[in-house]
Amino acid sequence: MSEAHPGYQPPPVAIHPPGHGHTPHHPYLQHHFDNMEQQAEASTLGMWTFLVTEIMFFGGLFMAYLVYRWQSPLGFQEASHHLNIYWGAANTAILIISSLTMALAVRAAQTSQPVRTQIGWLVSTMVLGAAFLGIKAIEYSDKFRDHIVPGPYFQWEGLYPKPAEQFYSLYFAMTGLHALHMVIGLGIMAVITWMASRKTFDSEYYTPVEVAGLYWHFVDIVWIFLFPLLYLIGRHYHAA
Amino acid sequence: METTAAPLNYLNNGHGLASWLLTRDHKRIALLYLWSITVFFFLGGFFALMIRLELLTPAADMVQPETYNKLFTMHGVVMVFFFLIPSIPAVLGNFLLPIMIGAKDLAFPRINLLSWYIYILGGMFTLVAAITGGVDTGWTFYAPYSTSASNSHVITAGVGIFITGFSSILTGLNFIVTTHRMRAPGMTWFRLPLFVWAHYATSLIMILGTPVIAITVLLVAVERGLHLGIFDPALGGDPVLFQHLFWFYSHPAVYIMILPAMGVVAELVQAFSRKNIFGYTFVAFSSLAIAIIGFLVWGHHLFVAGQSTYAGLVFSIISFFVAIPSAVKVFNWTATIYKGSVSWDSPMLYAFGFIGLFSIGGLTGLFLATLGMDIHMHDTYFIIAHFHYVMVGGAIFGYLGGMHYWWPKITGRMYPEGWARFAALNIFVGFNLTFFPQFIVGYLGMPRRYAMYAPEFQIYNVLSTAGATILGIGYLIPMDYFTWSLKYAPLAGDNPWGARGLEWEIPSPPPTENFTATPIVTEGTHQYAPSREVGIV
Amino acid sequence: MFTNFPFFPQQASEQAAQIDALYFFLIAVTGFFAVLIAVLVSVFAVKFHRRHGDEVGVAIHGSLALELLWTIIPLGICMVMFVWGAQVFFHMTRPPKGAMEIYVVGKQWMWKAQHRDGAREINELHVPIGRPVKLVMGSEDVIHSFFIPDFRVKADVIPGRYNTLWFTASKPGKYHIFCTQYCGTKHSAMIGTVTAMDPSDYQVWLSGGAGGGTMAENGAKLFADLSCNTCHLENGQGRGPVLKGLYGKQVLTTGGQIVTMDDAYIRESVLQPQAKVVSGFQPIMPTFQGLVTEEQLLQLIAYIKSLSEPTSSAGTGTPAPDATVKK
Repeated sequence: MSEAHPGYQPPPVAIHPPGHGHTPHHPYLQHHFDNMEQQAEASTLGMWTFLVTEIMFFGGLFMAYLVYRWQSPLGFQEASHHLNIYWGAANTAILIISSLTMALAVRAAQTSQPVRTQIGWLVSTMVLGAAFLGIKAIEYSDKFRDHIVPGPYFQWEGLYPKPAEQFYSLYFAMTGLHALHMVIGLGIMAVITWMASRKTFDSEYYTPVEVAGLYWHFVDIVWIFLFPLLYLIGRHYHAA
Repeated sequence: METTAAPLNYLNNGHGLASWLLTRDHKRIALLYLWSITVFFFLGGFFALMIRLELLTPAADMVQPETYNKLFTMHGVVMVFFFLIPSIPAVLGNFLLPIMIGAKDLAFPRINLLSWYIYILGGMFTLVAAITGGVDTGWTFYAPYSTSASNSHVITAGVGIFITGFSSILTGLNFIVTTHRMRAPGMTWFRLPLFVWAHYATSLIMILGTPVIAITVLLVAVERGLHLGIFDPALGGDPVLFQHLFWFYSHPAVYIMILPAMGVVAELVQAFSRKNIFGYTFVAFSSLAIAIIGFLVWGHHLFVAGQSTYAGLVFSIISFFVAIPSAVKVFNWTATIYKGSVSWDSPMLYAFGFIGLFSIGGLTGLFLATLGMDIHMHDTYFIIAHFHYVMVGGAIFGYLGGMHYWWPKITGRMYPEGWARFAALNIFVGFNLTFFPQFIVGYLGMPRRYAMYAPEFQIYNVLSTAGATILGIGYLIPMDYFTWSLKYAPLAGDNPWGARGLEWEIPSPPPTENFTATPIVTEGTHQYAPSREVGIV
Repeated sequence: MFTNFPFFPQQASEQAAQIDALYFFLIAVTGFFAVLIAVLVSVFAVKFHRRHGDEVGVAIHGSLALELLWTIIPLGICMVMFVWGAQVFFHMTRPPKGAMEIYVVGKQWMWKAQHRDGAREINELHVPIGRPVKLVMGSEDVIHSFFIPDFRVKADVIPGRYNTLWFTASKPGKYHIFCTQYCGTKHSAMIGTVTAMDPSDYQVWLSGGAGGGTMAENGAKLFADLSCNTCHLENGQGRGPVLKGLYGKQVLTTGGQIVTMDDAYIRESVLQPQAKVVSGFQPIMPTFQGLVTEEQLLQLIAYIKSLSEPTSSAGTGTPAPDATVKK
C-alpha cells in the first residue's frame, strides 16, 4: 500500500500479532475480542438470539395445537381432563422455584460469592430439574398404562376419540420436546457446576452462568405456556 | 512474479489436515464450505442434467417415472438446502464479514466450525438417502403423500434437512452477534458495506424461519414413523396445515437465497463503477424490508388449495408489497452505474447479468402474486421458469460474480480474464435458452414434475435441454481456470481492482488475524470522490 | 416437432379471454420495465465505459425525489394488478347458482367423474358448451389437482375436504386434463380429456347409457342399506335430525357453533359424527369411516341434497330431460 486510504487509518503504534507475549488479559478472554465486556455482551446477545430460534421451533407445535383445538374444542377439553392436574401443578411450582435457584446461582457468581454457595444453588437447580423429569416419567408411564399413547394401541372411552388422539399426539410432542430441552439443560448445568468447582466464576467473569441461566429460564417459560394449554382446558374451580 | 518465501497468511499459517479440520479461522472455514458446496452443486447439477435428458422426448423412455420423480426431488433438495442457502453466506459471508467490519474473526469461531460439521453431517444423511434409493416426494414433500404414501427414504432425507437447518441457524446467529458487537471503532451502522446489511437481513430470516422447517420435518418424520395423525386426514390430520408450516419457512428461505446475492451485486456495482451506491440508506433498508415482509407472504403458495378468498386477498397484496423493495434496489443499482467509471471486468458482467435476469424473474413473480393469474400458472413450468430466473439468473450469478471479484483476495491469484468473460457469456446464453422457453410451455399448460408430457410441448423441452447443455459446460469452465489459477496464475496484489473497502486494505491473501491492529474508520466505504486520487497498488 | 407446435393455449371457456386479457396486461407492463432496465444498464455500461486506468465515477449520493418516484409508481402499478387479479379471482371462485354439478374423485392415478344423472366417466369429462359447470372434487388418497389449461381453471383436490371449480365451456372440442399436484409414481400419467359438446350432442351422449341410476338414486339406496333411515326419520321422532329440507341451512351444534349444512358438513358427519352434533340431539351416531368410499359419500350427499330440492330433475342437462329416457 503506497498511501493512506481515506477510509482507514493505521494505528499510531504498531502492535505485535497475537501471541502470549503481549499485554496481559483475563485468562478467559478469547483473542478475537478486544475486552471482557465485549465478550460478555456478545455471549449474552448470542444466547438471546438462540432463544428466539427456540421460540420459533416450539411455535410450530403451538400452531398445530391452535388449529386442532379450534377444530375440536370439546374434544380437547375432554382429553385434557384426563391429565393429572396435581402433577402438572407440582411441576409448575418446581420449575418456578428452579428458576429462582438459578437466578441466585447467577447472582452468586456475579457477586463473587464462595464456590460452595455457587455450587449449592446450581445443584439445587439441577435437583429440581431432575424432580421435574421424574414426575414427567410418572405421568408418561401412566399414559402407557391407560392406553392413551397415540398409535395402534390407543383406546379412548370418551365421546371424542379422534380429537383425543390428536390432543395426546400434541401432548407427547410438546412435553417431549420440552423434556428434551430440560435434559440438555441438566447437561449444561453439570458443565457449569464443574466449571464453578474450579473457581472459574467471579464478578469479572460469570458469563457462562448467566447464559446458562437465560437458557434455563426460557425452558421454564415454555412450561408456563404448556401447563395451562394442556392441563387447564375448561377446568373450573369448584368450591367444596 | 515473486518466488521468495510467501509472507505468513491464513493459507500457509499451519499445514496438514488437522490444521484445516480443527481451524477456528473464519477464512479457512469459508474454504471448507466452498469445497463442500461445490461438490453438492455438481451433484444437483448432475440430477438436473438427467432431468433435462429425459425431457428431450415426451415419453418416459430414458428412466422410469419412479426414478424421474426421485431425480427432480433430489435436484431440488440438494440445490436448495445444500447449495443455495449456504452458498454466499457460508463462503463469502464467512470470509468477508469480519474483515469488512474491521474485526479479527466472527463472534463465535468455534460455533462457526461446528456449523460446517453440522452441514456435512446433514449432507451425509441426505446422500445416504439418495444412494440407498432416493426420495420421491418433491423437495416440498407435501403430506399426506410424504407421510403415508411414498415408498422412499423420506425420514432419512428429512433428518438430513433437519440437521443442516441448524448449520443455517448457527451461521445466522454468528453473523447477527458479530455485526452488533464486533464493529471496529468508527464503523457505525450507516458506514457498513451493503454486503454486511444484506447478510444481516439474511441472518434475521435464518434464525426466525429455519426452526419452523425443522419442526415441520420433525412432525413429518413422527407421522411417518409413528402414524400419529398430524397431516394425514385418514389419521385425523390436516394436509393444508402442512403446507402452511412448510411455506412459512420456505418462502422466507428464497429471500435467504437472494439477499446475499443482492449484497454482492451492490458491492460489484460500486467497485466496477468506482462510485458509491446511489441511495445507500434506501438500499440498506430495502434488505430489511424484504426480510420482514417476506415472512408475511407464504400463503401465495396456497392460492389453489381452497383457502378462503379473503386469505388469498391478504397474501396477494402483501406479495405485491414485497416486490417494491427489490424494485428499489434495481433502480438504485442502475443509477449507480450512471456517470460511473464502468469497467467490463468479468465480475461486472455477472452483475449486469444479475440485474437483467433478476428483474425478469422478479417481474414474473408479479404474475404469480396476481390471484386471477396464479390459478392458471400454479404448478406449471411458468413457476419453474420464474424461480430459476431468480435463483440461477439471480443468486448464482451473484455468487459467481462475488467469487470472481474476491478470488484475488481469497487466494492471492488472478484468474485469466479472457476465459472468465467467455464463461460468463456462455452461462448467460445457456441459462436463457434453458429457461425462457419454459415460460411459454408453462402458460400452454405443461405441468411441473412430469416425466412424460403431451407431445405438442416437445419443441420447448428440446430448446430447454439444449440450453442446459450449454449452461452445464459454462459452469465447468470457471472450475477449470480457478483451479489452474491456484498454481499458475500471476499474483494478484492487495487491490487489483482499485476498489474501496477494508478488505482491499489488507494483503492478498490476508493474514490469519486479518488486521495487524484494529482499524479506525472515519467514513463509509466506496467513497471514490473525484477529489481523491485512486491509489491502485 | 418443429412444425405445428402451439404457442398459446386455446380459449375454450368463457373465462379464458378474461384471464388472457390480464395476462397480456401483465406482459405489457413487466415487459416494458424489463426492457427499460436492460436498455438503461446497456446504455450506461457503454456510455460510461472506463476510459483510463485511474478514472473514478462522479460522487452522487442519491435523490429522495427519485426514490419516492420509483417506489410510488411501481406500488401504484402493483395495486392495479392486485385489484384486477382479485376481481378475476372472485369471478373464478364464485360459481353461478344453478351451475350443473359434476362430482370428481381423484385417486392415484385416475380421475373418476360422476354426473348427477348417474353417468360415470374415468379420465374423461363430457360437458355441454354454454352452460356453467361446477366440479365438486374430493380425493381418496393424497393431494391431486385438477387442471384444464384451455379453460384456464385449476383447483387442488385434497383428501378430507371438497374443493370446487367452475367453468363455462365455449368451444366444442377435446382438451387436456392434467393432474397438477405431484402425487406419486404415475403423476404424469394422471391425465384425461374433457370433451365439450353442443347441447344437443351432449344430450345424445347423456342418454347413451347412464346405467346404474342417478347419483341421488344410488345415494338413496345407500341411505337405506346403511340404515341411516332408522335414526333420521322423516316424521321428526327419530334419534337423528330430519334431513329433508335441511341442505344449505344453518344449524346450531351442541358445542354452540353455527354451521351450514353443506357437502363438507355432511361428509364430516358421516365420518366423524361427534364433531358437530346438532343441538338437541345425543352424540350417538356411529361412524362410517372405512365403510363408505369417497364416491359413495358423494352419492349420499347428492341424495340428501335432492331432499331439499324442488322435485323431478336431478339437475343434469339443459331443459329438463325426461327422466324416463334413462334406462
